Amino acid sequence: MNAHDVVITGLGLVSSLGEGPDAHWQKLTTPGVKPVLDAERFAPYTVHPLPEIDWNLQIAKRGDQRQMETWQRLGTYAAGLALDDAGIKDNEELCTTMDMVVAAGGGERDMAVDSDILAASEKRSDRDVLLNEKLTTELRPTLFLAQLSNLLAGNISIVHKVTGSSRTFMGEEGAGVSAIETAAARIRSGQSTHMLVGGAFQTEHADMLLGYELAGYLHRGDWKPVWQRQGAEGGGVVTGSGGAFLVLESREHAEKRGHRIYATLGPVLSGRARRGLGELQAGIAALLSQAQLPGGEVLTISGASGSHKATAAEKAALDAAPGLAARGFSTLTGHMKEAQFPFAVALAALAIHHNAAYPPFAAEEPVFAGAPTTVLATAIGYHHFEGMALVGKAG
Amino acid sequence: MTKFKDHLGRPVVAVTGIGVVTSLGKGKAENWAALTAGKSGIHPITRFPVDHLSTRISGMVDFLESSTKGASALTYDLAETAAEEAVAEAGLDVQDFGGPLFLASPPMELDWHDRFALYNNGKDKPAPERLLEVARGLNSLDMFETAQFGCIADRLADRFGTTGLPITLSTACASGATAIQLGVEAIRRGECERALSIGADGSATAEALIRFSLLSALSTSNDAPEKASKPFSKDRDGFVLAEGSAALVLESLEAATARGATVLGILRGCGEKADDFHRTRSKPDASPAIAAVRAALADAGLSDNEIDYINAHGTSTPENDKMEHLSLSTVFGERISSIPVSSNKSMIGHTLSAAGAIEAAFSLMTMREGVIPPTINYDHPDPAIGLDVVPNVKRESSVRTVLSNSFGFGGQNTCLVMAREPV
Repeated sequence: MNAHDVVITGLGLVSSLGEGPDAHWQKLTTPGVKPVLDAERFAPYTVHPLPEIDWNLQIAKRGDQRQMETWQRLGTYAAGLALDDAGIKDNEELCTTMDMVVAAGGGERDMAVDSDILAASEKRSDRDVLLNEKLTTELRPTLFLAQLSNLLAGNISIVHKVTGSSRTFMGEEGAGVSAIETAAARIRSGQSTHMLVGGAFQTEHADMLLGYELAGYLHRGDWKPVWQRQGAEGGGVVTGSGGAFLVLESREHAEKRGHRIYATLGPVLSGRARRGLGELQAGIAALLSQAQLPGGEVLTISGASGSHKATAAEKAALDAAPGLAARGFSTLTGHMKEAQFPFAVALAALAIHHNAAYPPFAAEEPVFAGAPTTVLATAIGYHHFEGMALVGKAG
Repeated sequence: MTKFKDHLGRPVVAVTGIGVVTSLGKGKAENWAALTAGKSGIHPITRFPVDHLSTRISGMVDFLESSTKGASALTYDLAETAAEEAVAEAGLDVQDFGGPLFLASPPMELDWHDRFALYNNGKDKPAPERLLEVARGLNSLDMFETAQFGCIADRLADRFGTTGLPITLSTACASGATAIQLGVEAIRRGECERALSIGADGSATAEALIRFSLLSALSTSNDAPEKASKPFSKDRDGFVLAEGSAALVLESLEAATARGATVLGILRGCGEKADDFHRTRSKPDASPAIAAVRAALADAGLSDNEIDYINAHGTSTPENDKMEHLSLSTVFGERISSIPVSSNKSMIGHTLSAAGAIEAAFSLMTMREGVIPPTINYDHPDPAIGLDVVPNVKRESSVRTVLSNSFGFGGQNTCLVMAREPV
């Protein structure tokens, strides 16, 4: 134990399963729990929709809520949950000195405006002029800010007064990996004492599905657990709306203020395998060996997306490592892109905290008997970038 | 003997390679010649029709092969071009850089031309379903990759052989400075001996222009494009949207010295502070910007009277320039009227995600050359802003230290302190 160990003291979780660490722990430890699915609204795609959320609970001002589309609202909400859980919310001194790294994509476009422009494009050859004509008159001026990647962090500053520093990383799952890796490095080096880190993804928007489907990554047809989608129609990814924020602190900082520590964040590893050259499985294996896993059985919270190639490579790499008992949580939450890795780390911390493992989320996952002392969390990007982390006992 | 550790015992971070592209040209030489001649790169927009637009000028980079190929292709090209220059200058292998990559780039969105193509390749169904249906039948990753946020960095990592997972970041108009800050921090933590920090922005599409227009952020001085960007002037009326890129090779001074590299300058300090006031406006008392400047000075181990020159954010918006003046006069007190403060944006416009990196590059060149680029178009000084803006004409001056400011939407404030020589 070291004063600069990175400990996890706050969790803010939202997914189709509900909100908060307790709700997620309850749901996820109920054997045979069924996912919440919506197969109608975006057919032929199935999504895990947001639960009902009372935004007022974390975003007091209606004016602030109106300035955000769902993605930013969701992230700001999840960040508020994490701050609350860490006992930092409304603590001016702690918030104004808190550093923040947010993993973000982009926000929702105005589908009505886009559809109108596209419909008009059928009869117009001067499409660039059409764009100017429609965008100058139909775009809501503040929508730009509701879409801008770094404005999730901006809204967290405005709503929750987190103002030590604010950085936004972009780039799908890898952004979430780098966010946690950088935050941990800053704490370990003594550069920061407490950090808010996480992301959110709102999938219930055709444009957010399009981001995957331009490369045919989405699963179609009947829903299946994440490991069982190979060979099924489509690309294997079922998405979900959700968010995950964590409060990370130096051990010294957390202990001094006497707050509960869920778990210790151990090594965070990241990589960029050259997948076109078939190096992904070896890349994952290399990260596993760098992680220096303890002997014996290790509970593994896998962020596997279902994406055929990436998930096959991850499964092969995990199977080849002795004793890893994987839980593919996307089976129950869907894939949450930038939030995927923070979510995985949060679920790992919960298992450590409760001193118990999650039951299998799908038939092929092995039973994990006993209490986990170290939990592995992974996020292997559906298209690129990989990361993992070890989460250990609080003290 | 050269001191390799700074005042806090961290490795001193040197700059050993610089690359730049702006509307003024490709490469440091072209840019520096134009910048010190007080030449503007702002010109009428030709990339797309300007019908219905209230702003019809920009500082777009129109001379690259990819200039007409969409934001993703151009941003990559800008980043690659600047990085090639920087890595070559550093004398490192341009295919095996051997350190991490930090890329400041604009958020990515599917280009409208691709949306039109998808839509018009389908039929019957409403637009959202039609786009999805056509998309899943595409047999190419080309369109997909333009809409992935991590793909430009992924390609750059392949191209230059950078190590590990590249970080793509956005802190809006402070992004370029943040990319440098991340590189500095990685070296200081001992994670690497060198890092490649790039700011690149080729996202001046019609929609981007319209978005900023709708927020009343852009100059509408269409008739005299080269006069449109007029930081600190009484009649300033908004920024000029622009494109560009800069790359810095950052290296621990110890490693740079050991391999005999030429040290182009020192990245002494970085400071940041978020603003919780408003999505686009700064706190009226400028306290976050003040805190960011002070944090950068403290990180650099310098006092305010040790700064020789300030490379301003100076966007030419009524709000920024006023707030920036307030923050600088608060930090530097009466001495501010005698510190030269110029805005490169008067000539290159606001290059958004790239601005912080480009202006850091120009700051380093300012120190090396002993010449301060002017703030051009300073014909009607704002009497409320009592700064020595190096009006209209370059100034020869020995500059040992520079403060470079970057402020952005979303409450982003990042400041860099650079020095000519190691201590």
